[in-house]
Amino acid sequence: MKKNLSQYWKKNLLIMICLLAVWAIVSFGCSIFFVEQLNAIMIGGFPLGFWFAQQGSIYIFVALIFIYFFLMEKVDKDFDVDD
Amino acid sequence: MSILDWTYIMVGVTFTLYLSIAWISMVKTTKGFYVAGGGVSPLANGMATAADWMSAASFISMAGLISFMGYTGSIYLLGWTGGYVLLALLLAPYLRKFGKFTVPDFVGDRYYSNTARFIALICAIFISFTYVAGQMRGVGIVFSRFLEVDVNTGVLIGMAIVFLYASLGGMKGITYTQVAQYSVLIIAYLVPAIAISLKITGTPIPQLGFGGVIAEGVDNGKYLLETLNRLNVELGFAEYTKPFAEGGKSMLDVFCITLALMVGTAGLPHVIVRFYTVPNVRGARLSAGYALLFIAVLYTTAPAVASFSRYNMINSISNVSYDKSPAWFKNWEQTGLMAWVDKNHDSIINYRSGKPFIGKPQFTGETGSYGQLIVSNTLTDNDNEIYIDRDIMVLANPEIANLPNWVIALVAAGGLAAALSTASGLLLVISSSISHDFYYRLINRNASEKQRLLLGRIMIGFAVCVAGYFGIHPPGFVAQVVAFAFGLAASSFFPILFLGIFSKRTNREGAICGMSAGILFTIIYIINIKFFGGTTWCLGISAEGIGSVGMLLNLVVTIVVSLLTTPPPQEVQDMVDNIRFPRGAGAHFNN
Repeated sequence: MKKNLSQYWKKNLLIMICLLAVWAIVSFGCSIFFVEQLNAIMIGGFPLGFWFAQQGSIYIFVALIFIYFFLMEKVDKDFDVDD
Repeated sequence: MSILDWTYIMVGVTFTLYLSIAWISMVKTTKGFYVAGGGVSPLANGMATAADWMSAASFISMAGLISFMGYTGSIYLLGWTGGYVLLALLLAPYLRKFGKFTVPDFVGDRYYSNTARFIALICAIFISFTYVAGQMRGVGIVFSRFLEVDVNTGVLIGMAIVFLYASLGGMKGITYTQVAQYSVLIIAYLVPAIAISLKITGTPIPQLGFGGVIAEGVDNGKYLLETLNRLNVELGFAEYTKPFAEGGKSMLDVFCITLALMVGTAGLPHVIVRFYTVPNVRGARLSAGYALLFIAVLYTTAPAVASFSRYNMINSISNVSYDKSPAWFKNWEQTGLMAWVDKNHDSIINYRSGKPFIGKPQFTGETGSYGQLIVSNTLTDNDNEIYIDRDIMVLANPEIANLPNWVIALVAAGGLAAALSTASGLLLVISSSISHDFYYRLINRNASEKQRLLLGRIMIGFAVCVAGYFGIHPPGFVAQVVAFAFGLAASSFFPILFLGIFSKRTNREGAICGMSAGILFTIIYIINIKFFGGTTWCLGISAEGIGSVGMLLNLVVTIVVSLLTTPPPQEVQDMVDNIRFPRGAGAHFNN
């Protein structure tokens, strides 16, 4: 049980770190640090960097939380720690 | 029917709805009062969290701010949504498994220290009062403009309504009222946004519309954002979509403010406490997703509304002579939120970059030759002639776009829903901090269930009165103290909650030193700038963003001090192990 739990925790951390990396890339990378470079690309009337800052990041945030929910559902079941 | 009649109907119907819900969900236990008995479905909790979170600032002020800030306005959009990812992945599931009533509960138990509990409870109360004052101001603005009652009467009516449903139903009443309030506020936000999007761009989806082409007027066929860039430059502003423009915020400052708002969001006690109300850990994860989904509906519409209203505003008042200016301009002038001074005596409204005069308009009571209200403020020497309060953009938008009266009334009801739902959530945090964390946990461990429930209700009454006082006598510093609320939440709660879950080695000494260092640094930096006109000596980071540095300081101090002192006792380490897996969250619910 103890060993199982530490494996469960490692798996949780791995999923978390991957999702948070995406979170940081879209919110800080695409929307702030590289916004000027991305603005050179136009998607319809949107400069791309501006679109990430005012639209795209928010959609990705929502997706990240639901992805975390579904991945953890499976991991909880695999390790038999669900409620 | 007139705007006034419609507003009375809309406000009357929605208020009756809120009170009926509160009556139905009356509670008799402290568990029901503080955390709605832990039995709220994730969907309902998500909706309630969204209403709780989206305040008068989100509903009334945010689109207006973005409309004037352009790209830089993204700090609010990113900051106030990105924090939910941190909350969902790093805090909510574990705090739900821990399963107590409040944030100071977790801090006190995890760090086996009443000192830590006390610091946490002071922060929780301070953050909540700061926030509640802003909500009451929002209620006052809506009442004075749309119901033509005195601001003070408006605040008193708002206070009475919140007190009734918060004290009757506690968290349970608040939760189900917030579900109704979310529905009201989102409809009120979307209806005018869709109508205006159709009008300007011909597409009913605002999120697509503001990246599309203009379908009317002289700029027919041109991209909206491109047109806004051109209009802004013509009037002497920076391009609308241009980041880090001259005289604006630097890249580092934009980053720090965004991070501080994100981390602050994840550390706000009235948001965290919502995740104690769902039945289990799975529910906490899922309801964080629903919450952000419901929030995103408004937050992706807001930047569209911002660009539409900028376009409409410039077109309808810039270079128009005052006697031909639209009626809404004169209506808002009466409230003191807009003003015009004819600097070059040409009877034409010249809108340019810069402030028209120093401070808020002080009307002398006389009217000028065109019927405009005369102000006694000292004029500035730039060419700008109009004063526009950022807060009116959303409220004035339907009038600017000539939408029917019932839409304007709906927006008023939506603004009230946003302000009241947030106020009620905050009042509950204040009440539970005093009656549960302070009285029950620190003063009288033997208090009976009945005593604690009564004290909780009395404390809601007390908090409503303090909030109402701030609503009627708004302290000049309301705008300044918002920086405090997020700065404090970021620099106090987030690091020690995060470390408390992810590092078993973090101990009492570390947490107390870390929290104190983070809070002191942040408070001193903000006070120095906001009240003593100090400089942004720390790399040019503004008061709003310094919470990020305070948070880092807190993290570093907590880790270093923890490593230098003895590890936490075994039972605390076992508790941390226990909150790391979901099983058992529904069963163990005690105090």
